[in-house]
Amino acid sequence: MLLEASKLTKRYSAGGFTLHETDLHLDAGETVGIFGKSGSGKTTLANLLAGILPVNSGTLRWNGEIVRYPFRGELRRTVQMVYQHPEEAFDPLWSLRQSLLEPYRIHKVPFDEAEFVQRLAQVGLYEEHLSRRPGALSGGELQRAALARVMSMAPKLLILDEPVSMLDAVSRAQVLQILRDYQRQHRTAYLFITHDPAVMRCLCSRCYFLENGSVVKEEKVGA
Amino acid sequence: MLKLESVSVSFPTAGGVIQPVDKVSLEVEKGGRHVLIGETGSGKSVLLTSLLGLSGGEITGHIFWKNRELAGLPETEYAKIRGREIAYIPQNGAGSLNPLMKIGRQIGEPLQVHRGASRKEALAAAVEALRELDFQSPEYWARQYPHRLSGGMRQRVLVAMGTIAGGELLLADEPTKGLDTDRREEVARRFRQFPGTALLCVTHDLEFARAVGERISVLYAGQIVETAPAAAFFDAPLHPYAKSMIRSLPEHGFQSAKGFAPSHRDYGGLGCRFAERCPEAGDACGKSPPLLQFGERQVRCWYAAGSE
Repeated sequence: MLLEASKLTKRYSAGGFTLHETDLHLDAGETVGIFGKSGSGKTTLANLLAGILPVNSGTLRWNGEIVRYPFRGELRRTVQMVYQHPEEAFDPLWSLRQSLLEPYRIHKVPFDEAEFVQRLAQVGLYEEHLSRRPGALSGGELQRAALARVMSMAPKLLILDEPVSMLDAVSRAQVLQILRDYQRQHRTAYLFITHDPAVMRCLCSRCYFLENGSVVKEEKVGA
Repeated sequence: MLKLESVSVSFPTAGGVIQPVDKVSLEVEKGGRHVLIGETGSGKSVLLTSLLGLSGGEITGHIFWKNRELAGLPETEYAKIRGREIAYIPQNGAGSLNPLMKIGRQIGEPLQVHRGASRKEALAAAVEALRELDFQSPEYWARQYPHRLSGGMRQRVLVAMGTIAGGELLLADEPTKGLDTDRREEVARRFRQFPGTALLCVTHDLEFARAVGERISVLYAGQIVETAPAAAFFDAPLHPYAKSMIRSLPEHGFQSAKGFAPSHRDYGGLGCRFAERCPEAGDACGKSPPLLQFGERQVRCWYAAGSE
């Protein structure tokens, strides 16, 4: 088992639970959905699993070993996240090229220009896009760039938090296709958060249904 | 009422002249609603701003507004038409509002400037417009400055502002950008509400286009590839690119066409601009197809007759 969460609990204030004793597991190469309305705790769960937020109680195991917030070293590279709003995932004053190169520096991954260019071409981005700032790129282009950026780190798990909900139909289909193709080649596990049943069915093989901070149902989906 | 004849727009750049809009012809009738669908980079925003004389590009061809040529019209003449006869809803919600003016005042301003309304009348109409666009406690929001509003709220404020003076033609650039499904339906409803106002809207939101449009044109790489009545179009588009757009919808399983749309810089070549991504391409595609007439529809594809 790649990732196993047991009894994850998160409170933001003294009040009620945002997430209450949530269990979840995920195998290598598997695509698991987390489905729920806004406010159900989807994004909080994603942030706990990505090691971005500390839990109040509960444990998180990665390949059987207990891991804790904040993730360090190798784990920080192997678990990557893609967000809902692509324009907020890039520094507005940096060129696209600067943004895409940053993780190589942070994680000390050797950089290969030819491979970099090829990876970008696979998501439909070329030399002319690289000098532009995020303001001069469309939402679809930025989300494809965000995918290329996390994929360049060869992650074992991609946490995708509503990655297509802000995109138009054509860009949405392109992003879903890129995700399917990449997984076929690299067997990366996906944790796919969505409120859209059609998108969930299109990608996921199994899904957790979240309501008011608790998993109310776990179900196989025909993908 | 609005008639475009072979309109091209070009810009000089360091890398040579680019032409993001290539020989576009279309007509919007009085009270009609025409939606132009296209991806980013298809030239749709340049086309809209060119109609208002704001794109800064060089325009060839003819733009007729009520039988008067707009292409090359002096700025002083344009200023009398813009806002009064032709209203415009820009794309960028945050950058298009005055940060130092309260929402209600901004929405009502066109009524004061173009219709001679008093400040009080304009404000009352603005509150009403906010209410129709589903703002809870519109009186409260009318007194706020733009920074208090979310992106979706700002977008709806622009819609209210563009529709309040009831001009004869409304040009809207991606009016649903960043809105969720429920909000998009409200915008669609608002657009259908003005029988006297014609609409020319550019969008990449297919669901919105279906909800609003009476006629649909699809723009690909600066050219119109298909124009058709909305019902017939969504029922069965004829151009392969338009077909691929419809196949990307959820009910068709989010299928994606091969490759990605080209950018302004490499539209070139003599053949059909969609050919290299097209599953139906054949020998004829090496030569650029004209817009061919099929009953009420026009399609830029040599093979469209066979797919009817």
